[in-house]
Amino acid sequence: MNGFLVWLNSFGSPEKFHRVALRFEPWLLGLALLVGAVGLYLGLVKAPADYLQGESARIMYIHIPAAWMSLFIYGFMAFSGFCALVWRFKVAELMAMAAAPIGAGFTAVTLITGSLWGRPTWGTYWVWDARLTSELVLLFLFFGVIGLYNAIEDQRKGARAASLLALIGLVNLPIIHFSVNWWNTLHQGNSINLFAGKSSIHPSMLWPLILMALATKFWFGASLLARTRIALIEFEAGKEWAQTALFGPRRPEA
Amino acid sequence: MRKGSVLSAFFGVMRRDALSLWRRRADALNPIWFAAIVVTLFPLALGPEAAKLARIAGGVIWVIVLLASLLSLDALFRADLEEGSLDLMLTSAQPLAVLAAAKILLHWLATGLPLLAITPIAATALGLSPKALPVLLTSLALGTPIISVIGACAAALTAGLRRAGMLLSLIVLPLVVPVLIFGAGAVEASLTGTSTTQPMLFLAAGLVASIALGPMVCAAALRLGNH
Repeated sequence: MNGFLVWLNSFGSPEKFHRVALRFEPWLLGLALLVGAVGLYLGLVKAPADYLQGESARIMYIHIPAAWMSLFIYGFMAFSGFCALVWRFKVAELMAMAAAPIGAGFTAVTLITGSLWGRPTWGTYWVWDARLTSELVLLFLFFGVIGLYNAIEDQRKGARAASLLALIGLVNLPIIHFSVNWWNTLHQGNSINLFAGKSSIHPSMLWPLILMALATKFWFGASLLARTRIALIEFEAGKEWAQTALFGPRRPEA
Repeated sequence: MRKGSVLSAFFGVMRRDALSLWRRRADALNPIWFAAIVVTLFPLALGPEAAKLARIAGGVIWVIVLLASLLSLDALFRADLEEGSLDLMLTSAQPLAVLAAAKILLHWLATGLPLLAITPIAATALGLSPKALPVLLTSLALGTPIISVIGACAAALTAGLRRAGMLLSLIVLPLVVPVLIFGAGAVEASLTGTSTTQPMLFLAAGLVASIALGPMVCAAALRLGNH
């Protein structure tokens, strides 16, 4: 445990973080674009159209990975916020706050692609289905965190307050999901369940999904590092390392 | 001041809050006025059809109580922060969680309880079936303290912000979704004749958990904003 903390602490140095992030960013971004391109090609061109839903089912290659990411990023944000609250790492604070808009973006993509798919398949853009409703509540939770962070003038105070809110939300998230499920089954049976009875999915459809899931993870990594790095530079603009990172090493005074 | 026991601090904070509430009792009635007016607006907007109103009465009252409780949350810590008594609480020898619990309890006594008291009138006016009224009252009695606890945590996070009201509702409303679902669900279940035990037990569990954890989270939120 102690070794882990020391390792985390060394990563918590803004200067080191900046250096490491700068090295990893292009690789992650490149991998995201490459894997994403292959995944989209396999999904949109190679994979067979669904025999029930036709071509419109192909939207799942974006929809499902985005839905996975929305929950994954919320968990990451809360974990990072936890580290920020307990060990007071500046980098963890900024990382949690950098993750929030990305998570909100993926959640919005999930909702939008879902409703676009719902129009031809269910005949409506929106139904008050349990999954849709909990995803919508998740979006509001993200907005709450972003709103609180931006409303507090002192950046570090704001990040810590928003981190606590993210943690409260994390505890509440399973309860919300459960309650929404309960609510939905109380009023009506499951309308359409995508995965009911489909115990296995054909490999030609599974591979693009896995690739897209990887691509979104890489994209998140690249975006997270870039956002955190820029927030760090903004926050420590007056410090020597930030000046060096931006303008190169200072020349000795003539 | 003499250093007292934890209990005397708890009741001291409650007495002080009750007194300041009494001094501006016109403001304290705001949530009740709000609820009364919104209950009147619903039939005006949806039409006076008795069957339709009776069908939605439980859900409507739950939403109104939820929004009315939000109204007074904004001011929960603001006055204390502005006049400096929050600083005294933060530096007090007594645990901050106990003081926060006193404030939360008083908020519920001043908002949740009066709303509960006018619920029978509102329910009758909307024509809720008499056999569902006890269920509605029980679910509100279990649910409104949870709203006060969650709301107090959010109020502690947003205390001292300029546009706190909007932010407060953005933070609180997603978190109280389960309370609303189980509360209104219990009333719905009693109308359709199914068992109300399950949602009531969930509400009770939520109440116990929020009483146990809420004051501590609220204290942590207060410390984050002011140190």
